[in-house]
Amino acid sequence: MPELERHSFDVLVIGAGGAGLRAAIEAREHGLRTAVLCKSLFGKAHTVMAEGGIAAAMGNANESDNWQVHFRDTMRGGKFLNNWRMAELHAQEAPQRVWELETYGALFDRTKDGRISQRNFGGHEYPRLAHVGDRTGLELIRTLQQKIVSLQQDDFKELGDYEARLRVFQEFTVTELAKDGDRIAGAFGYWRESGRFVLFEAPAVILATGGIGKSFKVTSNSWEYTGDGHALALRAGASLINMEFIQFHPTGMVWPPSVKGILVTESVRGDGGVLRNSDGKRFMFDYIPEVFKDKYADNEEEADRWYTDQAGNRRPPELLPRDEVARAINSEVKAGRGSPHGGVFLDVSTRLPAEEIRRRLPSMHHQFKELADVDITAQPMEVGPTCHYVMGGVEVDPDTGSSSVPGLFAAGEVSGGMHGSNRLGGNSLSDLLVFGRRAGAGAAEYVRAMGERPVVPEDTVTEARATALRPFQREGGENPYTLHMELQQAMNDLVGIIRRAGEMEEALRRLEKLKQRAGSLTVEGHQQFNPGWHLALDLRNMLLVSECVAKAALLRTESRGGHTRDDHPSMEAEWRRKLLVCTVAGDVVSVEEKPQIPIRRDLLDLFDRTELEKYLTAEELS
Amino acid sequence: MTYQGRFRVWRGDDAGGALEDFTVEVNEGEVVLDIIHRLQATQAPDLAVRWNCKAGKCGSCSAEINGRPRLLCMTRMSIFEESETITVTPMRTFPIIRDLVTDVSFNYTKAREVPSFAPPADLAPGEYRMQQVDVERSQEFRKCIECFLCQNTCHVVRDHEENKEAFAGPRFLMRVAELEMHPLDTADRVDQAQDEHGLGYCNITKCCSEVCPEHIHITDNALIPMKERVADRKYDPIVWLGNKLFKRS
Ligand SMILES: Cc1cc2nc3c(=O)[nH]c(=O)nc-3n(C[C@H](O)[C@H](O)[C@H](O)COP(=O)(O)OP(=O)(O)OC[C@H]3O[C@@H](n4cnc5c(N)ncnc54)[C@H](O)[C@@H]3O)c2cc1C
Ligand code: SF4
Ligand code: SF4
Ligand code: FES
Repeated sequence: MPELERHSFDVLVIGAGGAGLRAAIEAREHGLRTAVLCKSLFGKAHTVMAEGGIAAAMGNANESDNWQVHFRDTMRGGKFLNNWRMAELHAQEAPQRVWELETYGALFDRTKDGRISQRNFGGHEYPRLAHVGDRTGLELIRTLQQKIVSLQQDDFKELGDYEARLRVFQEFTVTELAKDGDRIAGAFGYWRESGRFVLFEAPAVILATGGIGKSFKVTSNSWEYTGDGHALALRAGASLINMEFIQFHPTGMVWPPSVKGILVTESVRGDGGVLRNSDGKRFMFDYIPEVFKDKYADNEEEADRWYTDQAGNRRPPELLPRDEVARAINSEVKAGRGSPHGGVFLDVSTRLPAEEIRRRLPSMHHQFKELADVDITAQPMEVGPTCHYVMGGVEVDPDTGSSSVPGLFAAGEVSGGMHGSNRLGGNSLSDLLVFGRRAGAGAAEYVRAMGERPVVPEDTVTEARATALRPFQREGGENPYTLHMELQQAMNDLVGIIRRAGEMEEALRRLEKLKQRAGSLTVEGHQQFNPGWHLALDLRNMLLVSECVAKAALLRTESRGGHTRDDHPSMEAEWRRKLLVCTVAGDVVSVEEKPQIPIRRDLLDLFDRTELEKYLTAEELS
Repeated sequence: MTYQGRFRVWRGDDAGGALEDFTVEVNEGEVVLDIIHRLQATQAPDLAVRWNCKAGKCGSCSAEINGRPRLLCMTRMSIFEESETITVTPMRTFPIIRDLVTDVSFNYTKAREVPSFAPPADLAPGEYRMQQVDVERSQEFRKCIECFLCQNTCHVVRDHEENKEAFAGPRFLMRVAELEMHPLDTADRVDQAQDEHGLGYCNITKCCSEVCPEHIHITDNALIPMKERVADRKYDPIVWLGNKLFKRS
């Protein structure tokens, strides 16, 4: 057996997206030796794909905006299931986090008076999304990447070593967390390139691994989204909340098949694009739910006036929260009013001059031209719902990002609570920065206060290695690609955008069978850069996390945000007070109800009583 | 619409390798990366390829298709004849790891050699004011997805290992230009570009701009203006000072 590569750090950040990089910057600025581990190359994490923008109540476009308004929008978007403390911190701190990016070198689009420009997005009362065209995620990740490089340059000047305090291990996959008693002690994984194993010893680990979308067939997510962090947390003894809530973005590409699911940014609608069915009708006017009637226009004239006069008009219904729009599209297609390839039409070509479209939506223009032969300045796009974001994740302490396992922290999409049952567009990028920073500081404080450093038990390494190598030891087993396709199909069809008890029970039966088959997978070839092997290891996580989603979804007998039950179509105030908490013991996922912490009085006072009555029980209101 | 396409894919590692022939199904609307994935799923499960977003946004899937540097995920099969044999090889300028995956660490080393953004000391976060027209120049360069296709293409390093030490390559010379043109950056980067990053090696052939999937005008908008600033500096320091002062106001 080759000698095991070992490293020792104070803080290990798993994930190099927005949350991971911001956390690493914070931990390093607290003087801790920090490592960042990521599956793909540095600068290519999923965050790079974010398009529309980052939400922060800076009030540059409309002075009436402030954190209280942002807080209210976030809670409404999440149907009041959000962890209110997270929503509060997020709304308060997002502006500082965005301005800070400018000091790292970010170049956002500008207002006429030279400040950061802000655009409209679904569910946000005022134009609130700081952006760079429609490539905001690229700007975010590159800026953080360059900030990390600049900290490394400082260390080089001071200590003669770029990596003295902050080191990035790229194309490295973590397969297991290590514990010393009940505390975190490090992580185990492999270099994708060589397949060699590495043990990291560290008293604090921050999970920033993103989402789970690769368990679904139609998704806007990349291969990285196999729910590794969710599964690592579960196996380490932490709990996940809100796993039943999955966001299906209303507008993914539907044609050609090979690009099905790729995102069409919400900015298209924020900038004036409208949704039409095959009769040419702007159908969203028929889908404004009761709770939103006073905020959304019920006729085209008013909706169109809103783009120029927001004070005097209600918003166009195309900008309802994503869950509403996704369901509406689903219904139109089901009713036979869909587009030729099973979506609806999203049209910006009749709404803005071609030149303006190219300027404001360059990546969309490029994407449709290159991948679908569609010129969005002249033709409508065909779009349909696509699995986009998981609201559920590791249950954390809002202020520090700490999970229930000492030394284990989580931030970004892998954490749960902030967005409740549905995330507003733009609220993820801000979430990454606000809670990435807080988790970095939380981990630093934990390391500072801790007594003796934990030690990784040797049998952890032996077991982790054996688990990772198992797929090579079998012959004649199944190919991981086949299993992955079956998993995606099952989740898509049976635990997708509209759910029914019978179908979810069927999904759980299929997951059980897949789990058994996954135990006897075979991969060919060697450990060196072997995608078949990588997938075999990722499947284990996808199956575990999918089971959480299906089990929680079956238990929640109401419809709310990213969880729509055909058999329980209404939202129930009693359910708002309950969280579903997933844990795993051995191989068995259990889901339990847990009461939500009541919303703090002064935050409740930010809402009208009539609005609260739509969400809260009479008991809570008294 | 579906047909059997003929592919030749380079397989091997740093010790050597060869083109391997495959016949594989191709469907309407597919891109080359779809075909590579189908090969993995059906014929060559351990075929190594780097990719991530499959939407032209992350710059992971760079390779050479019929000898031309391209993104695998943005190259549509419809640009080829059905009868054509399509050859896919790894980027040539970087060392091979396995199959289509190369060692791009050269680029990360170069990135680290460019001094970072130097923020103005007198402005607190939130006080930055810049006009759209002034940020647009640098914004164009910030569209870069770091696919490193330009680095792979530039003849200064393509078959000249010996130049790698002194030459940052188009991507990172452009990064220097981006910072130089940033309205609030306080560092002077003109001499550095010439002396530290090898701007002088570039003879403005524009091959880098031609392969850039983001259609960034690397040569026209970044490299040539930097060369002009170097030249101005040499002959007329006052002009340079004027430019720099004008820029800050
Ligand atoms: C197409 C698209 C557009 C979007 N647009 C917007 C938008 O406009 N505004 C907005 O607010 N949000 C948007 N979102 C959502 C947002 O981009 C994501 O939620 C967010 O980027 C997640 O960031 P993160 O830091 O949590 O994780 P990521 O950026 O996904 O990073 C995860 C990291 O973890 C690493 N990792 C995972 N597993 C392992 C492992 N086992 N070992 C080692 N490393 C691991 C990965 O390699 C990666 O580096 C969009 C999402 C998509 C898909
Ligand atoms: S223009 Fe300069 S940098 Fe670009 S390919 Fe030619 S020599 Fe290289
Ligand atoms: S400049 Fe263009 S070709 Fe070069 S790395 Fe950036 S995106 Fe790729
Ligand atoms: S996979 Fe991201 S650019 Fe091709």
